Amino acid sequence: MPQLSARQRIVITGVGLAAPNADNLQDYRSSLLAGRSGIGEIELRYVGKVPAGICSFPETKYRKKKENKRGTRAGCLGVYVANEAIHDAGLAGFTEYRQNRTGVYIGLTEHGTVETENEIYTLSQFDFNTDFWSHHHNPRTVLNNPAGEITMNLGITGPHYSIGGACAAGNAALIQGAQMLLLGEVDMALAGGISESTGSFGIFASFKAEGALAVHDDPAKACRPFDSGRNGIVVSEGACIFVLERLDKALDRNARIYGELVGYAMNSDARDFVLPYGPRQAQCMELALERAGLMPEEIDIVNTHATGTRQGDIEECNAIRSLFANCPNTYINNTKSIIGHAMGAAGVLELAGNLPAFEDSQVHPTINLDSVDPACTLQNLVANKPRQAEKINTILNNSFGMVGINSVVIVKKMISA
Amino acid sequence: MTIDEIKNVILEIIRDIDDEADLENLNPSDALRDQLDLDSMDFLDIVMELRKRYQIQIPEADYPQLATLDSCVNYLIPRLKAA
Repeated sequence: MPQLSARQRIVITGVGLAAPNADNLQDYRSSLLAGRSGIGEIELRYVGKVPAGICSFPETKYRKKKENKRGTRAGCLGVYVANEAIHDAGLAGFTEYRQNRTGVYIGLTEHGTVETENEIYTLSQFDFNTDFWSHHHNPRTVLNNPAGEITMNLGITGPHYSIGGACAAGNAALIQGAQMLLLGEVDMALAGGISESTGSFGIFASFKAEGALAVHDDPAKACRPFDSGRNGIVVSEGACIFVLERLDKALDRNARIYGELVGYAMNSDARDFVLPYGPRQAQCMELALERAGLMPEEIDIVNTHATGTRQGDIEECNAIRSLFANCPNTYINNTKSIIGHAMGAAGVLELAGNLPAFEDSQVHPTINLDSVDPACTLQNLVANKPRQAEKINTILNNSFGMVGINSVVIVKKMISA
Repeated sequence: MTIDEIKNVILEIIRDIDDEADLENLNPSDALRDQLDLDSMDFLDIVMELRKRYQIQIPEADYPQLATLDSCVNYLIPRLKAA
């Protein structure tokens, strides 16, 4: 990679998460290696029963029940994972970094849909008389809501806002956090993504209308990227926040470093509202590799975005093959097969699940791969069982979204500064 | 509705807002906000819940009359007479 001073190098030193199959990184990693699905079945107003991933975590560990009722589900998830992340980083006391020099950057696919649907339902019970519209509607649906709830809980007085980036939002927020550190706007960034989308009937109904909602008798088998029998997306809730800081300060305070963000890129398809576009995804990966100063063969894991839709998976496979066809030591996996699609949290949650590979050198499997679609064959696609590698030093994480938004991040193991 | 019934309705609404609220030691003639973890949005929750349950419209000018448990009850007696 290009020679950068330690002040210009950004590292991950804390991870907080809530996934459908775990509420901390260690358990999450075990679940992913075991291929333990977090997908169950929920029943939604108007839509009925659908496969979905719901998070179970100690909701009142860092905030009272009253405050959880006041806020949103996204805020509740966010407060939990933000606290977990700064505790994990050993920064909970704000003695190393001040609260006014801390920024909160949260990626969201959407926000306010759940709250608005619920309010309209309530209103319908009162003949649509708007006197019964909740005074909580505006503070719950402003787009900075989840990030703002985190700042209120932690007393953070630095900047906070959301990054709207469809299902590329988590990575986009990670990139935003790194950029704000590089600009010197903040000294610590809490960057990640959150999704409460499982509370919205409209999101499920819209995927269904697009022919992109997964169905299967066994909900744990509904999300099956690259498999011939795939039939769509499984929506999950989830959240993941990373603590980002500059390498010089992280080394000074002897922080545990999960990895260094060595490359990233974002671009736009500029083509279609819903259909992804492989060639642009490939360009996005190329740009991230170029910025990282890495060749494709130097990537040890490509963690795919694939959601289990017919067209989307093929586009990404084409993009990956165009870059990694001659990379015999690059493993490819997919986290959504296990946890579903956590929307705005997907990119960061999936990256988090792979970071422990730097320590255990294992590549977690892509589950539900009974019969690989010939259009999705990839060299070293890790199917159904984890793979033990000799070493894992680099992870490339893809995250793409609707209206043609692509994001790629590359994280490298911290071997020596 | 009797005075006790009205009082219980108020306490039930507050408990629904904050189930950890210490209602046992509440002094009915002191301001609710000084004794409980309630802010202006919580008061709007109380107003909204009364509207939903009993179709009572409480104008903003009357909000000060909801300051204590006793004043709430006094304010609601004539409005909930038939409830």
